[in-house]
Amino acid sequence: MANPVPRVRAPNKAKAGEIVEIKSLISHEMESGQRRDSSGKVVPRKIINKFTASFNGKTFFEADWQPAISANPYQSFFFKATESGEFKFAWKDDDGSEYTSTSKIVVG
Amino acid sequence: MQTQASKRQFLRTAGIAAVAAIIAPRMAGASPADVAAEIKKLYGDKKIESGRIKLDVPQIAENGLVVPINVEVESPMTAADYVRSVHVFAEKNPLPGVISYKFTPEAGKAAASTRMRLAGTQDIVVVAEMSTGQIFSTRAEVKVTIGGCGG
Repeated sequence: MANPVPRVRAPNKAKAGEIVEIKSLISHEMESGQRRDSSGKVVPRKIINKFTASFNGKTFFEADWQPAISANPYQSFFFKATESGEFKFAWKDDDGSEYTSTSKIVVG
Repeated sequence: MQTQASKRQFLRTAGIAAVAAIIAPRMAGASPADVAAEIKKLYGDKKIESGRIKLDVPQIAENGLVVPINVEVESPMTAADYVRSVHVFAEKNPLPGVISYKFTPEAGKAAASTRMRLAGTQDIVVVAEMSTGQIFSTRAEVKVTIGGCGG
């Protein structure tokens, strides 16, 4: 499969104290480990098991995903903007890979 | 003596096989008891209250592969009083766990949306733990017309 491509929609401007919504999506099959192939063999699990959102190096939101999360997982969440800085979003795969995305926000 | 022992051995093995055959189909999925056990593992015998959690799931999901779920927990989200974690369980999926969130005061609002797979019609159970130690829970049923796991 092609490499997972993360997509994040985060505002790049906010007023101080404003609570902003961040939406993320990543392409990934999220193989649950519950399916069988045509020969009856269980298809091994391979999912993204953790999503982390941090701002200026500090984690503010985390999600542990189980195999029950749909393919091409979507995640939305919130952040209270108090200062300008950089978001970092990270997705951790069962195989150890990590996919990341960053975005900047100006507060004022 | 030898034959007696092996006959006994055979009966024992056959007995285990028969029991396993009866249990096996049930083991294929979680049950409401599994979800209750998971919650007990997390919080022991602590008091679980109702309220504070707003759980948005469709009453009827036409496609069990992609069922939207939005959870919002009422909280001031200050350093002294915020939502620490939220766990979501599905009572009749192959595995009981769906997702676990960790929030911080910096998030400003304890709300998150995602999309989940549901193997069939079942209850979704949400448990939220506050930084103050209070625990809240709620549930909602989703009717699934086409299953989402392995189908």
